[in-house]
Amino acid sequence: MSQTVFEPWNDPDAKPLIQFKNVTKRFGEFTAIDNQSFDIYEKEFFALLGPSGCGKTTMMRMLAGFEKPTEGTILLGGQDIAPFPPNKRAVNMMFQSYALFPHLSVWDNIAFGLKRDGKSKDEIAARVEEMLKLTRLEQFARRKPHQISGGQRQRVALARSLAKAPKLLLLDEPLGALDAKLRQATQFELMDIQEKTGTTFVIVTHDQEEAMTVASRVAVMDTGKIIQADTPQVIYEAPASRYVADFIGDVNLIDGMAEAREGGAEAASTAESETPAQFEAEIPAAETAPRAPQPNERGKWLHDKLFKYILGPREDAPKQLPPPTPEESKAAASAVQPYAIAPGGITIHWAEGQPPLIASNGDPALAGKRVTLAVRPEKLGISKDRPESANALRGKVIDIAYLGNLSTYHVELANGTMVKAQLANTRRVAQRDITWEDKVWISFRDTAGVVLGE
Amino acid sequence: MRRLTWFNATSLTLGFAFLYLPMIILIVYSFNESKLVTVWAGFSTKWYGTLIQNEAFLDAAWVTIQVAVVSSTIATVLGTMAALVLVRAGRFYGRTLFSGMIYAPLVMPEVITGLSLLLLFIGIGLDRGIFTIILAHTTFSMCFVSVVVSSRLVTFDRSLEEAALDLGCSHFDAFRLVTLPIIAPAVISGWLLAFTLSLDDLVIASFTAGPSATTLPIKIWSSIRLGVSPEINALSTIMIAIVAVGVITASLITKRASLRQQADERAAVHA
Repeated sequence: MSQTVFEPWNDPDAKPLIQFKNVTKRFGEFTAIDNQSFDIYEKEFFALLGPSGCGKTTMMRMLAGFEKPTEGTILLGGQDIAPFPPNKRAVNMMFQSYALFPHLSVWDNIAFGLKRDGKSKDEIAARVEEMLKLTRLEQFARRKPHQISGGQRQRVALARSLAKAPKLLLLDEPLGALDAKLRQATQFELMDIQEKTGTTFVIVTHDQEEAMTVASRVAVMDTGKIIQADTPQVIYEAPASRYVADFIGDVNLIDGMAEAREGGAEAASTAESETPAQFEAEIPAAETAPRAPQPNERGKWLHDKLFKYILGPREDAPKQLPPPTPEESKAAASAVQPYAIAPGGITIHWAEGQPPLIASNGDPALAGKRVTLAVRPEKLGISKDRPESANALRGKVIDIAYLGNLSTYHVELANGTMVKAQLANTRRVAQRDITWEDKVWISFRDTAGVVLGE
Repeated sequence: MRRLTWFNATSLTLGFAFLYLPMIILIVYSFNESKLVTVWAGFSTKWYGTLIQNEAFLDAAWVTIQVAVVSSTIATVLGTMAALVLVRAGRFYGRTLFSGMIYAPLVMPEVITGLSLLLLFIGIGLDRGIFTIILAHTTFSMCFVSVVVSSRLVTFDRSLEEAALDLGCSHFDAFRLVTLPIIAPAVISGWLLAFTLSLDDLVIASFTAGPSATTLPIKIWSSIRLGVSPEINALSTIMIAIVAVGVITASLITKRASLRQQADERAAVHA
């Protein structure tokens, strides 16, 4: 495998496999696809993501040939595909319901398309065996679809649609019918198969996690339009609009008025006025809080009378984890440690009497306009004492959702805006005992958010 | 399981007696020695013997079977086509009217259907015979087939056909290789229904039959007017037996198939 990054969409010389050119699709009065133009490149894993009714399935059915565009053209390898019916296209589709032929065995299902091509018996047999091996279905070849489990059916559907080695494979919510665990495993399997076969995949899904996991590029759709099509990282970290930011993952949106910023110097100096010593003292303090379970009176009596002779004397001191090493404390603290604030960008005035938010990555051209700062919950810090950070906001904890690996704190800011801060429950940091109704500080870096115009 | 109370047992006995007593009497008297239908004179199978030698009955039976097989086959083809269009085609002008018209013959009095067919055949100058009976039976049994097949097609997953097209089938191949095998049970039961309807139809057949061709129900009906003979009893017993064997076999096959499917699905879940 070459180490070059797979990014044909950034390569001006790359020839796209599929080109949508001003494609519009109407069903009567309803416009399902509204004048869309975009390219999909060879060997891409392209995801169409959006809520139901956004037109993503129509997009896919036009590629498969079950629908024809009302206006515009779709090119496959430079050729207009409109005159070709589904059975004459080098495009195969994996259906949401799998659409396995119930009267045929797994083997015959996979061989179905090959037989239609009039291939020789040996060729068909060899190709079917290859597909069975690829999808690990060898021992189920003779079974009927109703004699295998849901996950196996999904693999049969995939094998059948890949058997004819299409230029383009369309997957319509391919994992919708699987349970969560199996779905995750299958996502990686799909990526693996896509890489092995080198086929271009277009997947339609409403599950953003699935799209982010498998796809090389994700197109976020809304009401017949692609709002943004880019790599999962860009979609998540630099959403182009409020809609995308809100649709993908959790996000805090803070509205305000933008103002151009000269430099980061004075903001950094105010941050440094706080003593770091105060902050470091906090962690050992939290350590002293009692937390190990204590035996009650009856337990103590039982131990002293009976178990002492077997287990030895009872220790009154509760068992505790060892105190954090200096490195650990430092690591925990550095999560919210100050650092130099980059110059430039904008400040956002978001509430009366509150310091403006600093967004050094904001576009100064937005100055004087209403903007929204979108910050992901995991990029917010939460602490009881004022942290040293470019942005520190006062708030009150309204709700805490404990998710095991993470805790999400719902915090109400001064002007009533609710924000969510997500903290990984690592061993040490989890001990800061923030609870309901606590006054806390919400902090984030000057580059943590994305400034979105109206 | 609760035991039957005497009330339930009585209800059951009365109900079944009401349904089956006439047939039981018919079967019992078909083994009667005496020529008189109402007088029991001992057990004998001689009426079955004379039946086999009765040319008129055998001819009528042969005509009936020909009519039933041919008309139910044509009715199945036409009825399936009609069902496909009515279930599949999107909205077109007058669609509700058409689907209503397919079902109308189900409730149309047979006398009227028969009479109108008779008038048509006279009008176009078609000589009445086996051909006209076949046409008439196709006409009225086709809508039964279409009802049975369309009820199956409603639950048929369209994406199966789209998958076949996607894999390179023409529309006709997709129907032949995917749709038809899957809806085959409904088509077969439609055929069986049409066959049975044709087998026992008296009213429409008597309107459309000519002197050259008489079906068994017409033959039985006309010989009854000359007095009931034990031969008729024997013939009816044979018909009951054929129908009973057919019905029981069909239900056993369906039952076994569904049981096996259930077992397979259970096994697949644990696989």
